Amino acid sequence: MSFLSIDHMSKYFPSHSGNGTVCIFEDVTVKINKGEFVTVIGHSGCGKSTLLNIIAGLETPTEGGAILNGQEVTGPGLDRMVVFQNFALMPWMTVFENVSLAVRSAYPTWSSQEIKAHVQKYITLVGLQGAETKKPTALSGGMKQRVGLARAFSIEPKVLLLDEPFAQIDALTRGVIQEELVQMWNATRNTVFMVTHDVDEAILLSDRIMLMTNGPSARIAEIVDVTIPRPRSRETIIEDEHYYKIRNHIIHFLVRHASHGQAEESGDHTDRSGPVKINFRDQATKPVGAVLCGRP
Amino acid sequence: MGSKSTQHPFFISIFFLGIFLFAWHVATISTPFDPTGKTDEELMVMEFNGDIVQTDDGRYVWNPEKEKVKGVPGPMTVLEKAWIELNEAFVIKGTNDHGIAFLVGYTVSRFSVGFMAASAVAILVGIILGLNQILFRALNPFIQILKPISPLAWMPLLLYTVKDPKWTSILVVFMAAVWPTLATTAFGVNSLRKEYLQVAAILQLSWFKRLYKVILPGAAPTIVNGLRISFGSALVAVVPAEMLLGELGVGYLSWIEWNNLDIAGVIFAILVVGTVGVVLDSGFNKLAGLVTYRE
Repeated sequence: MSFLSIDHMSKYFPSHSGNGTVCIFEDVTVKINKGEFVTVIGHSGCGKSTLLNIIAGLETPTEGGAILNGQEVTGPGLDRMVVFQNFALMPWMTVFENVSLAVRSAYPTWSSQEIKAHVQKYITLVGLQGAETKKPTALSGGMKQRVGLARAFSIEPKVLLLDEPFAQIDALTRGVIQEELVQMWNATRNTVFMVTHDVDEAILLSDRIMLMTNGPSARIAEIVDVTIPRPRSRETIIEDEHYYKIRNHIIHFLVRHASHGQAEESGDHTDRSGPVKINFRDQATKPVGAVLCGRP
Repeated sequence: MGSKSTQHPFFISIFFLGIFLFAWHVATISTPFDPTGKTDEELMVMEFNGDIVQTDDGRYVWNPEKEKVKGVPGPMTVLEKAWIELNEAFVIKGTNDHGIAFLVGYTVSRFSVGFMAASAVAILVGIILGLNQILFRALNPFIQILKPISPLAWMPLLLYTVKDPKWTSILVVFMAAVWPTLATTAFGVNSLRKEYLQVAAILQLSWFKRLYKVILPGAAPTIVNGLRISFGSALVAVVPAEMLLGELGVGYLSWIEWNNLDIAGVIFAILVVGTVGVVLDSGFNKLAGLVTYRE
């Protein structure tokens, strides 16, 4: 029994023309183990954020559903915290208040001293001590997302949902925060479901990477095991023998689906065998080319 | 290029005020009565008509009673009137002759009650409409029709139904203040970034906490803009409401001075209305500054 499972999930939106529906993604089935870090990569508009929102309970699936710890997800809850792409910090609250709003909700029985200590612990963890009384406007993008991470980790959710968390942060800062996230995750070992289109970010952070085809009617076509041992750091990860194999494989996939993904999808309704599993350790003896052609 | 001090807006303001007061003074100077070249018969007719009066020492001067309504009074006359009124600010001479401090107090309290009641109703309804798009679209046509109606147009109907000028004047202020706040609150809540509500939903905030921790502060800048428009329109409505209903207040003062044909009094009343408006407005801005935020 997996910890979090997405079971034959499909999402349809009403089409813009008014009649009928548009399929965003269909028949997505994924099983995620406790403590696993799973990432979905796909092009913009493939529905990966919708998938994340459904797990968060912020949107409802048209078919199928998500099951967390044996219970179906029916709405948002404190056991699944989202880290938003645009941070979603309340601009009228200070850093401290933003985090304490979450802590107060998660631990309603705590005294104000306990809450204060807990909030302070997580603000310190993301290196924002001294900025507690600042408003989000006074912070850089990187610092804002550190607050977002502190808020998310502080309520100790069963599942952490990261929705392109570093997309709006400059490249240099992004690397630093990614590494901080690795350290926080190492300490807590939360189950994490991340959505991104940054391949390097996905490889650095994830245990498994799910590759999503372009919408409409997007599917999870492949699941790549990141066969790079932890602990990882940005500096050493590129020296791993599997790094570029995985990276090239994913980029090939994305390029292939950017150019004629849609045409391929429209005529490809016979392939319902589920996602192809890619593991470079198992296939270490096989020629790389064969793996790349795993999905013609 | 002037020196630094003359470029300061305060000095420029003073300069323009000086020019205005001087021009006003010059334009309203009345020459003393000159009897030269007039026959005794002509003077007698003028005295009979009340244009001139004879003083104790036998000279003829312009009739001071008639002088009051001849042309516009000058700044000195208005200042004199203001001095008298301000000295009697806390005196109640009769049922309808209360000092200026009382009149200001009546207007401010009438305005405050109407404005606050309208704001409370408008913000509450605005939040409901802002959160519920279907309800908003259902009720929007009614709001659009009711919004442009002058609050004074309601007055006869209100007077007929509540049968009390005191409450009617408050309700006129209410009608003036309710629509702008209602419309902008609905807009502000509706255009609140949906991530804020999503965070509130994930954190399982109670309905009440969601309202005062997220929705109200989030929409506050827009709500304040609506309140500011309402504030101005309520301030505009309170003066004619007092005039028409004969309710004691600064608007009433302006009308009663007109009835007394005391033009200096009318000008003084206008200045009082302006001063009350400025003071209320600056207080409002201080309050507004507390709740706005930058993104």
